[in-house]
Amino acid sequence: MNETSTPSAPPMASRLPQPGPLPHRLQLTDDGQLRHMLTIEGLNRELLTEILDTAESFANMNEKAVKKVPLLRGKTIVNLFFEASTRTRTTFELAAKRLSADVLNINIDTSSATKGESLLDTLRNLEAMHVDMFVVRHAESGAAHFIARHVAPGISVLNAGDGRHAHPTQALLDMFTIRRHKGDFTRLKVAIVGDILHSRVARSQIHALNILQTGEVRVIAPCSLLPADVDQLGVHVYNDLDAGLKDVDVIIMLRLQRERMEHAHLPSEHEYYQLFGLTSRRLQLAHPTCLVMHPGPANRGVEIESAVADGPHSVILEQVTYGISVRMAVMSMVMGAHQS
Amino acid sequence: MTPDVPPLLDEMTEQARHYLATHGIQSPIVVGIHSGGVWIAEHLRERLGVQRPLGRLDISFYRDDFSRIGMHPQVRPSELPEDLDGEHVLLVDDVLYTGRTIRAALNELFDYGRPASVTLAVLVERDGRELPIEAAIVGAHMELGKGEQIKLRGPEPLHLVRATVEPEDDTDT
Repeated sequence: MNETSTPSAPPMASRLPQPGPLPHRLQLTDDGQLRHMLTIEGLNRELLTEILDTAESFANMNEKAVKKVPLLRGKTIVNLFFEASTRTRTTFELAAKRLSADVLNINIDTSSATKGESLLDTLRNLEAMHVDMFVVRHAESGAAHFIARHVAPGISVLNAGDGRHAHPTQALLDMFTIRRHKGDFTRLKVAIVGDILHSRVARSQIHALNILQTGEVRVIAPCSLLPADVDQLGVHVYNDLDAGLKDVDVIIMLRLQRERMEHAHLPSEHEYYQLFGLTSRRLQLAHPTCLVMHPGPANRGVEIESAVADGPHSVILEQVTYGISVRMAVMSMVMGAHQS
Repeated sequence: MTPDVPPLLDEMTEQARHYLATHGIQSPIVVGIHSGGVWIAEHLRERLGVQRPLGRLDISFYRDDFSRIGMHPQVRPSELPEDLDGEHVLLVDDVLYTGRTIRAALNELFDYGRPASVTLAVLVERDGRELPIEAAIVGAHMELGKGEQIKLRGPEPLHLVRATVEPEDDTDT
């Protein structure tokens, strides 16, 4: 965007600091209102419940002839995507439009971000256009925190996925989907299955489930796809899918990130499916009213059987629909928090 | 000083009957504005013998002061059980003050369809209008002092309370 910036600037990714302990507080105002949405970690149960309640009001909007409210009229929201995304970007865009905001989509191919413009230069240029919110996706953990630390005071930052770190709105829409079907979290057994190690979605889900006081949170994965600190996450670990699925109320399948195969985390897709694929037969081990969830895009025949993904237990498409309501709730809450 | 609610409901019912009869409205949809308006609307609907389900509006998403005061902490879903196209709506609120709540409610109503008519019914109409909005059905008219406020408390029993408010409080019923 700015052709005059130093061509010798190092790639933005290498300069991003890892998220430290401070970001939890960075996202709240002094009186505890949500100002940015960077991570689920450090938020309390009341605030998560407030987000889900607000999302509930927006979910009802689908019954109206005009599926739009004037809440963010005159606000400009920038979808700043340094990493490809279809579902997340489109639902953020639709959420913003249903709140009557103006939306700018900027897709920055990181490999071609070599015109020499640093992330801060990009930010300053966009700020000069008087935007009100950045929705950021970046391959580097901590990118959204970095931006939140450096934006002008009136601007909110929403993390739409940063590296392996967090994807808070995805976790919130998953919680919303679970709550709509199951109500109270305290009596639920929830299993997250698959590539926990590389999954920002799983991290955010585990935090959210624990904050909402879920009865039991299980992670089911081969040892090679579990983070070293898995014991500190407050979950029960299973390496055997059949054992882990027993009596669970919710199964969250994660996308097997095929690109990780190269790094020998896994033998083969076929073998993975044999051991960790969710099939109709295995689904019978779970509670009879069990929900099957997936953040998408699902690899059919790799982590989930087609018949299960499309079957009566699946709420995968509902997750997409609810994603809009949850993102509307977060967007309106962070914009509201700046006013006081 | 502060009137009791039941006689005001009687008054509203009588006015509403007369209004609906003279305007040839057989079967209105009664819609209350959260939360006091819903309480009043429930009573009015019952007294008028309206069979159709009650509508509830939460106008939080339509307020014109969002950019000043932010998100209302407790937004309840609006429920309008029927398509409003061509319907006669009896819109009910507890206190008509600046008129801004009604402006927001009208905007929201029209996002559900194109009603044939909207009639405003309020328990109390007080001074202080900031918009050209008046009620056709009014339980009581009140002149309040500067900085004075009247609020409906409920739901059981419904009663009005009068209070003096700080100048920066911007309750805009």
